[in-house]
Amino acid sequence: MSASYDLDEIQIQILWNRLLSIVEEQAQALIRTAFSTSVREAGDLSAGVFDLKGRMLAQAVTGTPGHVNAMAASVNFFMDKFPPGTMVEGNVYLTNDPWLGTGHLHDFTVVSPVFLKGQVVALFASTSHVVDVGGMGFGPDGRQVYEEGINIPIMALMTEGEINVNLIEIIRVNVREPDQVEGDLYSLAACNETGSRRLLETMGEFALDNLDQIADVIINRSFESMLAQIQELPFGSFEHSMRIDGYDKPIDLVAKMTISETGIDVDFSGTSPVSGRGINVPVTYTQAYASFGVRCVVGSQIPNNSGSLAPVRVTAPEGCILNALHPRAVAARHVVGQMLPDVVMGCMHQVVPDRVPAEGSSSLWNPVLLGGHGIGGESENSKSTPFTINVFHSGGTGARPGKDGLSATAFPSGVRNTPVEINETIAPIIVWEKEYRTDSGGAGAHRGGTGQVMSIGHREGAAWAVSAMFDRCHYPARGRNQGQPGGMGLLSLKSGQKLNNKGRQNVPSGEVVVMDMPGGGGLGDPLSRSPERVAWDVKNGMVSAEAARDAYKVVVSGTGELDAAATKKLRA
Amino acid sequence: MSEPQILNRLAVDIGGTFTDIALETGGILYTIKVPTTPSAPELGVLDGVKMVIEQSGVAPTDIRLIIHGTTLATNALIERKGAKTALITTQGHRDSVEMAYENRFAQYDLDIDRPAPLVPRYLRWPVNERLGPNGEIIVPLNESTVHGLIPLIKDNKIESIAVGLLHGYANAAHENRIAEILLATLPDLKISLASEVCPEIREYERQSTTCANAYVQPLMARYLTRLNEELSALGFQCPFTLMTSGGGLTDLETAIKFPIRLVESGPAGGAILASQIAAECGLNEVLSFDMGGTTAKLCLIDDAKPLMSRTFEVGRVYRFMKGSGLPIRIPVIEMVEIGSGGGSIARVDDLNRITVGPDSAGATPGPACYGHGGTEATVTDADVIMGRIDPDNFAGGKMKLSLQAAETAMDSSVANPLQLERPMAAYAVAEMVGETMASAARVHATEWGKEISGRSMIAFGGAAPLHAGQLAKKLGIDKVVIPTGAGVGSAIGFLRAPVAYEVVRSRFHALGSFNAKFVNSIIDEMRLEALSIVEPAAMGAPLVETRAAYMRYQGQGHEITVKLPVRPLTDADAKIMGDLFADTYTRLYGRIIPGLAIEILSWTLTIGTEASQPIPEMPVEKQPAPPPSGHRKLFDPGQKKWIETPVYERDQLIPGTEIPGPAIIIEGQTTTIVPSGFDAQINGLSYLVLNRQQEVSS
Repeated sequence: MSASYDLDEIQIQILWNRLLSIVEEQAQALIRTAFSTSVREAGDLSAGVFDLKGRMLAQAVTGTPGHVNAMAASVNFFMDKFPPGTMVEGNVYLTNDPWLGTGHLHDFTVVSPVFLKGQVVALFASTSHVVDVGGMGFGPDGRQVYEEGINIPIMALMTEGEINVNLIEIIRVNVREPDQVEGDLYSLAACNETGSRRLLETMGEFALDNLDQIADVIINRSFESMLAQIQELPFGSFEHSMRIDGYDKPIDLVAKMTISETGIDVDFSGTSPVSGRGINVPVTYTQAYASFGVRCVVGSQIPNNSGSLAPVRVTAPEGCILNALHPRAVAARHVVGQMLPDVVMGCMHQVVPDRVPAEGSSSLWNPVLLGGHGIGGESENSKSTPFTINVFHSGGTGARPGKDGLSATAFPSGVRNTPVEINETIAPIIVWEKEYRTDSGGAGAHRGGTGQVMSIGHREGAAWAVSAMFDRCHYPARGRNQGQPGGMGLLSLKSGQKLNNKGRQNVPSGEVVVMDMPGGGGLGDPLSRSPERVAWDVKNGMVSAEAARDAYKVVVSGTGELDAAATKKLRA
Repeated sequence: MSEPQILNRLAVDIGGTFTDIALETGGILYTIKVPTTPSAPELGVLDGVKMVIEQSGVAPTDIRLIIHGTTLATNALIERKGAKTALITTQGHRDSVEMAYENRFAQYDLDIDRPAPLVPRYLRWPVNERLGPNGEIIVPLNESTVHGLIPLIKDNKIESIAVGLLHGYANAAHENRIAEILLATLPDLKISLASEVCPEIREYERQSTTCANAYVQPLMARYLTRLNEELSALGFQCPFTLMTSGGGLTDLETAIKFPIRLVESGPAGGAILASQIAAECGLNEVLSFDMGGTTAKLCLIDDAKPLMSRTFEVGRVYRFMKGSGLPIRIPVIEMVEIGSGGGSIARVDDLNRITVGPDSAGATPGPACYGHGGTEATVTDADVIMGRIDPDNFAGGKMKLSLQAAETAMDSSVANPLQLERPMAAYAVAEMVGETMASAARVHATEWGKEISGRSMIAFGGAAPLHAGQLAKKLGIDKVVIPTGAGVGSAIGFLRAPVAYEVVRSRFHALGSFNAKFVNSIIDEMRLEALSIVEPAAMGAPLVETRAAYMRYQGQGHEITVKLPVRPLTDADAKIMGDLFADTYTRLYGRIIPGLAIEILSWTLTIGTEASQPIPEMPVEKQPAPPPSGHRKLFDPGQKKWIETPVYERDQLIPGTEIPGPAIIIEGQTTTIVPSGFDAQINGLSYLVLNRQQEVSS
């Protein structure tokens, strides 16, 4: 019998901890060396270790739930093409295929086998969002995936330690920032190497020649624990739907959640068909955000691995917007995908009404801002400074059980913003306003998080362009338990003209773009909110005195002085 | 001959529970520990100072330097007990300080809240003005909007004001003018200008730092002035200096102006002590390990210099997680702090995994074995059960511990749920806390592009010597040094600190269009500022200057620190700076990215006295181990049995003594466990050194 079957309970626990620590170190190595700002600043990456059955044993806790199941599924596609038995020491594989990776071409996934005494013992995988993949650039305007950039099928990045120079050359000539993209591919391979080195050290320390026993323990215990928590919920089927803006017509996201002894099944039958533009979602990304929504309510403290993920099964019929097939355009799949936790929590709300937040702004407000020659639609523009920046901002989150929503905070994405001063330093823009948006948080016993207003102009007075991928501009985030909806978003010019909330549009010279970001929905009856809290909100300008009177029936002066007697009368 | 009294220095470190005083005279060290008096901390200080003066026989007039460090500013921030503060900022940008990075620091927890800003929204006031990123005036300051704030300041009884305008780091004119206008009417108002406190790009961190400075300033000014007066009344005539988070000393005037630089001075003292020990023992790559009752702190020390940084968070309220505290941008010794201490609580989670910390039993009720009502098993309880701590002789015999209470807690918290034998459960708890610390150390090193294995460890703090050997094993560390007087380590560290001050300026500069004249003018300005602070406190000691640029590839999110030559730059230096950047980048990341443009965001300049020169360790003659003072049963998890282990008293061991492991070495403040696989040795400086045994093939 091999030594690996002699692990006692304490060793198993140490080893499990160690695997979790190894993937954190792997992720840290990636963050340190990545080029893409969304990886370095925002944590848009993932890192994990897999056994030879393709089971994910540990995954780093990083900023993006969008990779949660997606990367786990992706590794199995790699193994289908290159079974572990055929893998050679020193080989490293990659892809950015949206349907084999994490849902759009900007995400590259790299898989590296780990060898011990000539045998494959595990696989490390990592994913990061690169700066550019060619095509029309990051945005929702593509009609087919071909327009969105270069697509690399699963293939070798390195063969026996030698880099695939042909592949690198092809990628370099197809992307706008070849040095940075090449650098990111190296950093993916390097972080897997860091993980491999640590794993081999650990296996040496415990005299292991395989991970079979520890893998079984991790997967089985996580599976059973997740299942046990699900089994505490009432069984049954729960349906919910949510309408969002879409690109040019509304989209209905329809879910049916079935809770049973064997787990939770979420099916998106009835959801609107694919869009003609790049907001379609490959199914692995659907699975990631839907299952994240479940996990926020049930089993949030169980680490991500194939065992804890297995009891939540997510399906969507082919051809609906949540299971878009090749060659649909998918670049801005986040704008729809990030709405899924709200839909899933709408089902969950029928099961555990006191554990579920209201709907929030949810999709990031992350426009691409562009300027320079040929951009902005005005011929005299040729002298203005060229720039392309992608900024990450957010509206408000839904009110939470027992707490207000978070104002101007990303959820479900974990992405961080970039400081105004940094953006103004690297691009000739000027942010005239970036403040909370009064009255945008949905009224409730617990108020939805407020959105924010951002006004952006051009310091050189030139024309420029904004690539919009915003939602909740036609259908607001709804409240729950009598809570009111949050304020809707709006994209406009300061002069008054309304812009479309999706797609690239020109900003004439001298104009200022105004982004009114949506607020989160409220939770519970606004009339049960304490007058003191309403007055505090008025004092701080989060709620106006008028809204205090209309929505909360609380009488407050403009400076936040509560009129208790008048309030009592009004509420009576 | 040098005058011997020049060495007379007095250090005072106010911690949460104890105030430590150390007096050094002619190479002899006197130390005192007195309880901290939170309502009027100077009382405890003065008591302790009088005691140490009496003990040493050194007259106050013969003390040449007083060095003071305190957690007062940190506590005021964490407990929100500072002044009523308002923030003045650029119109349209009142909320940066609250929006922070618009993210959540814990991905799966819906309940988290970011720390509330020190200044609520109704006290964040806009003025009409706008600067661009190069300091150019886009909208001139509308002075009537400043005058309009005066009634608000009065009505709201504001004690302290922070001013942080957008791009104010690049041009201080508007901030200066605002201060002028306000002081003309309100001469007693305390004003902190972001352009002075933290002239660095990134509005959220700059404003957060400035608000924090304003928030603690009235309190700290009152306290420091009072203490200075009381010390003068006792007869002290020497300079009164303050320890900063960056590990340098600064004068009273600067400390009163920028009290935010005084946070985390205690841990900085510990890191300086460790650096000094590293120099004495000739250790080039060190991990310092400080473990107390609630947390452990780890610091990387290379070539006897601790890792430095400019980012720090005060009050990480959520499991010590990054992002759950208030960011402060000041020069700081970089450390990782985790919730692993003697009081950390052990539990079994839903997956039957043992978790230890980050919550702690604290001082009350304390570990179960304290017998003050704690029912949950802690790391200390595990140590008692395994025989690492003698329950009858804890803290030098001042406190009796209950083995039975520890056993009951361990059984109900861990042993019964997992059906483990009690000593194995205790061992598992100790292993888990070790794993947590090892993991934090490895991830921290990776974050900084460094390695842990192969380093030496310097361990201090009450709980560290109990766990250092085991942690060293996990990290591939072969040598552990446990200094003398580790219980008052920070105060001793203060005695070793140089007088130093770091100045920062953010001036964006593309290396491709490098302008030496422009850069030299920035550096000259910084140099004058640093000199004006350091010279008075340095008392004629020779000064050393270092300069650095914070550089990155265009478009990257974070800068790396590149050391610059200390001389006037010429345009030809652009190439040298590019090469230095490439060298540093390669050292951190293993490669460079050819062809990418390089940019500089900020510049720093530090002037300081030279660090005191350590006396290197002298070789000593080997001495055999004396007969042990007793034996104790220590649980050996490898053999799953109790081993009769010799116990030695540290103050009876002379330099050169060698003791084979396993062994237990006790002293007043702590106990060192020499695990099997290690031998202990007393070196020429009386430090206890654990060396991993050479593997002998039999």
